[in-house]
Amino acid sequence: MTEMRSKPASTVSGGVPDLAPEQLPLPVRPVSPSVEPPLAALLELTHRCPLQCPYCSNPLEMDRVQAELTTEEWCRVISELAMLGALQVHFSGGEPTVRQDLVDLVRHAREVGFYTNLITSGAAITRPRFLALIDAGLDHVQLSFQDAEPNSAVRISHVPNIQEKKLAFAGWVRESGTPLTVNAVIHRQNIDHIDAMIDLAVKLHANRLEVAHVQYYGWALANRAALMPSRAQLEFVTERVMDARERYRGKLVIDYVVPDYYAHQPKACMGGWGRQFLNITPSGKVLPCHAAETIPGMTFPSVREQPLADIWAHAEAFQRFRGTDWMPEPCRGCDQREIDWGGCRCQALAITGDAAAADPACAKSSWHAAMQEIAATASDASSQTDFRYRRMAAAPKH
Amino acid sequence: MALPSDMRPKLARGIRLQFDAARDQWVLQAPERVLVLDEIAAEVLQRCTGEADIAAIVASLAEAFEAEPGEIAADVDELLTGLIEKRIVAT
Repeated sequence: MTEMRSKPASTVSGGVPDLAPEQLPLPVRPVSPSVEPPLAALLELTHRCPLQCPYCSNPLEMDRVQAELTTEEWCRVISELAMLGALQVHFSGGEPTVRQDLVDLVRHAREVGFYTNLITSGAAITRPRFLALIDAGLDHVQLSFQDAEPNSAVRISHVPNIQEKKLAFAGWVRESGTPLTVNAVIHRQNIDHIDAMIDLAVKLHANRLEVAHVQYYGWALANRAALMPSRAQLEFVTERVMDARERYRGKLVIDYVVPDYYAHQPKACMGGWGRQFLNITPSGKVLPCHAAETIPGMTFPSVREQPLADIWAHAEAFQRFRGTDWMPEPCRGCDQREIDWGGCRCQALAITGDAAAADPACAKSSWHAAMQEIAATASDASSQTDFRYRRMAAAPKH
Repeated sequence: MALPSDMRPKLARGIRLQFDAARDQWVLQAPERVLVLDEIAAEVLQRCTGEADIAAIVASLAEAFEAEPGEIAADVDELLTGLIEKRIVAT
């Protein structure tokens, strides 16, 4: 049996070899000679969100509500995805539950055969609406926590009483019998609470806990000096996670994502560019990953203008880094090239200025030492604790 | 350590067995995971309905594949033990 992650894997890291997920070939019938069908899609229904987390994976320039796809457009896109062979859809955002038509979208996704996942803060939905989602066939919920400690959670999310709202929501999930994943995003300002976060997941009867270090793109990159942990902190968390995995074996599955800045091997970002995943923005742009818009000189087609199958198979944005032909050295001659697929393009861009360079998380990259230096400097800025919160109008100037 | 033969395994809540027509294979749909099943695993899991116990599942597979029940039992035990640990199969 082979197991594949279906979630777009900025959250999958190969940084610590014995923690790395197995990379297994996907036996598929290609839609065109060299292109496999996508496995899953991340649907960013909206960029609206009541939370202002400083590590948000949304772009700095967010889509306004007027630009969002309509219910009919999303339903058409979901049908096109099913025709293309995708198996799972992740409803994400922003906060997807602020879309009043979410129940209809979940129902439609189930009707066309999808496994449906809601990625939520749990802070913008009432109990009756949640139960309507379950009635519509929602399969799984991933609930984020900013911290186990309520005051810290309020500070990070910038929402009063955030923890009460999340705990109430988690109760509704449990009551409904729906499997729950708790997502704990880890950084320097909450890393000491790792044990409490693991305990929280156990207390909430989560099936899975995802302990994910912040990945530094977009808002998180703008807040890097306030978020980066030290190597010693990373080692502490890794040890606590390993310990909890043993303690809760068979009860709680713990996935662990290490920060690229301390890795020696790059993650297979998105399982390879244009290989397993795609991301659709609130206004309908189709991206190979959620941060792809940071790469200059690329244009991303819209589901409003082109059939999704065409975009997936032929769009320049998907072909650009697909497979291995685009690779420079040291990737080109590396025996890992079909395992890590050259790592992350957006990270290569953020550190080296060149999206086509080897991912500097790789020890073979000439930028690897520079990246470790950035991590050391950023984690050392312990006096830097202020966040630049995620807001529609607060995008930092470059 | 073998699973008890009177255990009645079923797919856990939130797990779906599904035929993936685009790739011509059986898969288990799981939270943020897709598990691609080989032919035997698919046959085993189609029988994990919560009705049949492990003894009945083994007997049914042995008959369908004209195989030695002892060998089938070992395969079934190994597969289900792993899936129970991952909370994909419930008991």
